[in-house]
Amino acid sequence: MLEIKNLHANVVSKPILKGLNLNIAPGEVHAIMGPNGTGKSTLASTLAGRNGYEVTKGDIVFEGEDLLDMEPDERARAGVFLAFQYPVEIPGVTTINFMKSAINARRKAEGEAAIKASEFMAEMKKNLELVEINQEFMKRSVNVGFSGGEKKRNEIFQMAMLNPKLCILDETDSGLDIDALRVVSEGVNAMRSKERSFLIITHYQRLLDYIQPDFVHVMYNGKIVKSGDKSLAKKLEDKGYDWIKEANA
Amino acid sequence: MTRDEAIIKKHTEDGYKYGFTTDIDQERAEIGLNESTIRFISDKKNEPEWLLDWRLKAYDIWKKMENPDWAHLNIPVIDYQSISYYASSKKKKYKSIDEVDPEILKTYEKLGIPLEEQKMLAGVAVDYVMDSDSVFTTFKEKLSEAGVIFCSISEAVKEYPDLVKKYLGSVVPQRDNYFAALNSAVFSDGSFIYIPKGVRCPMELSTYFRINAENTGQFERTLIIADDKSYVSYLEGCTAPKRDENQLHAAVVELVALEEAEIKYSTVQNWYPGDKDGKGGIYNFVTKRGICEGNRSKISWTQVETGSAITWKYPGCILKGNNSIGEFYSVAVTNNKQQADTGTKMLHLGSNTRSRIVSKGISAGNSSNTYRGQVLIGPNAENAYNFSQCDSMLMTDRCGAHTYPYLDIKNNSAQVEHEATTSKIGEDMMFYCNQRGLSDEEAVNLIVNGFCKEVFNELPMEFAVEAKKLLEVSLEGSVG
Ligand SMILES: Nc1ncnc2c1ncn2[C@@H]1O[C@H](COP(=O)(O)OP(=O)(O)O)[C@@H](O)[C@H]1O
Ligand SMILES: [Mg+2]
Repeated sequence: MLEIKNLHANVVSKPILKGLNLNIAPGEVHAIMGPNGTGKSTLASTLAGRNGYEVTKGDIVFEGEDLLDMEPDERARAGVFLAFQYPVEIPGVTTINFMKSAINARRKAEGEAAIKASEFMAEMKKNLELVEINQEFMKRSVNVGFSGGEKKRNEIFQMAMLNPKLCILDETDSGLDIDALRVVSEGVNAMRSKERSFLIITHYQRLLDYIQPDFVHVMYNGKIVKSGDKSLAKKLEDKGYDWIKEANA
Repeated sequence: MTRDEAIIKKHTEDGYKYGFTTDIDQERAEIGLNESTIRFISDKKNEPEWLLDWRLKAYDIWKKMENPDWAHLNIPVIDYQSISYYASSKKKKYKSIDEVDPEILKTYEKLGIPLEEQKMLAGVAVDYVMDSDSVFTTFKEKLSEAGVIFCSISEAVKEYPDLVKKYLGSVVPQRDNYFAALNSAVFSDGSFIYIPKGVRCPMELSTYFRINAENTGQFERTLIIADDKSYVSYLEGCTAPKRDENQLHAAVVELVALEEAEIKYSTVQNWYPGDKDGKGGIYNFVTKRGICEGNRSKISWTQVETGSAITWKYPGCILKGNNSIGEFYSVAVTNNKQQADTGTKMLHLGSNTRSRIVSKGISAGNSSNTYRGQVLIGPNAENAYNFSQCDSMLMTDRCGAHTYPYLDIKNNSAQVEHEATTSKIGEDMMFYCNQRGLSDEEAVNLIVNGFCKEVFNELPMEFAVEAKKLLEVSLEGSVG
């Protein structure tokens, strides 16, 4: 599904990613942990193709295609979804309109007709239930006036609506209370399948109590410095990041 | 070619959809402006003596005035002696639609407003103004049943001279400003509406203005009177063909709302803006003003301005009646080398008068977009209230947005609130939309439409759809 080889990337001319390697096969759930400022969000943004994140070396192959050759919207339509650490507010644009536009943009690219209203409503209803969001939210402007938890649920709702192949979650758990954490995790778990892969960026291991990862990676100073199974997360929880820092100093 | 270049190329070569001309026999005044031009116009229209005198007086006033230069505009020198002030198609007076020149009908079709379809369209009565004459008026019968008068100004001068005499120039006097004086001297035609006491106009009224003849300034004049407890919603749409030389458009619109009457006036303006280098395009110098004459009356202006090379326009309200309300909702889009200086003037005279201003400016390319708003609270306007919100969105680093709010408060009980924001179209918003699969164009349309929503909500449904499409066309390939 995704192969990242020796990835180097700059943010405003400052090297942040420094030779990162990662392979994700279909159906796998990978967790990335690491101290603040280590480049986790930079990795997510680079994968999604954000402006200003400049790849200086290395390759990213997604589903056999060179991801770096694709524009951000092309990557999205190809199946890369990023749940934002800080979801963006779009005043005056209802969530329902936003989602309809996103779905129809995909359909248009595939040469298909726009989604039927009834079909859209049914999908929407199903996925709103998944993340326990009231239908009234759909009529409000995207993320405007939403609480932190509501914004994160909205990200998972959108993820469910758009049927991505690769779901990247950037600290979706931070700032969530225990209820919202459960809801978000259940949403993710419900979406797990043999074909769909997840890259879950988190600072805390508590999310991994709800979402069982197949692999856990520790990122430090722009690289993955350690990989293991779920027990690695537990170890980080118990020992903190200092031993990683020391080992890589 | 980079992606940005491709988008720019697409935009610049896409052109102006409405830029075609119509071949019809024209009868026009000789080029230039002097007393005999005015006599010619008046004579052509078989006007009564009083109106000719009124025009001549305006001409005298105009001769002594000068082009205003206070706006944030770079207005090239206009040679008023090189313009023809009257053009009219020779064939006239249509009893049925079959008699209308097929070329004219074709023009309307190209504009996307075939008469037949318009007739059906949600009961919209349309009064077409092509150059100087009102060509055809639909729905007249249904309106006359309700007692509503909807006709051309020329016709009103003949049929309802008392009303015209009483109100013409009562809101925008001849000496109001340079362009209003010019219009008063040479105005050709326009719409006249009278809604009798207690009548709710049974349909939206609409006029499409179109400048066709080359070198013809269009000077239309609109007068709307809503008598006690009446209501009318009026929409004006404008397009003009694409020509290399600039054309002048100096219209005057006067609204009068009597006791408890309400007038809703919506404009979708799409005059030819000139090409990407700023060649050609309409100079749109318009004076629009309404007076809330009666207590509890209301006037609401909504405008979507996407066209014209230069726009100079400040639809305002004189809130004379107690408890009267004035509203101004505006979206002004400028691209390439367009310049707009637009806003409103709210003059609070009566007590408990309220006004609300919502202005959304979008600037792209190398354009300049200025909001200029004036709120005056008179000494007798107890408890007056104004709320103003002016937001600007910039699409490039090369364009400019300016906001000039003027406040003049002569009564301490007044409450005035002003909010203003200026932002570059958000990179974070664009990325968020891109990440959901929307292309740059789709993202811009979505974000801009959201930005303008409060204003679009004020437009009648069909026209809100049209306004959205216009915005899309105007901003194609504008991110950068
Ligand atoms: N837009 C940006 N401009 C400047 N520096 C940035 C930007 N984004 C990230 N950085 C820097 O890159 C480094 C990695 O940040 P980030 O990827 O957000 O880390 P993490 O998500 O692991 O906390 C930090 O030093 C941060 O300050
Ligand atoms: Mg981060």
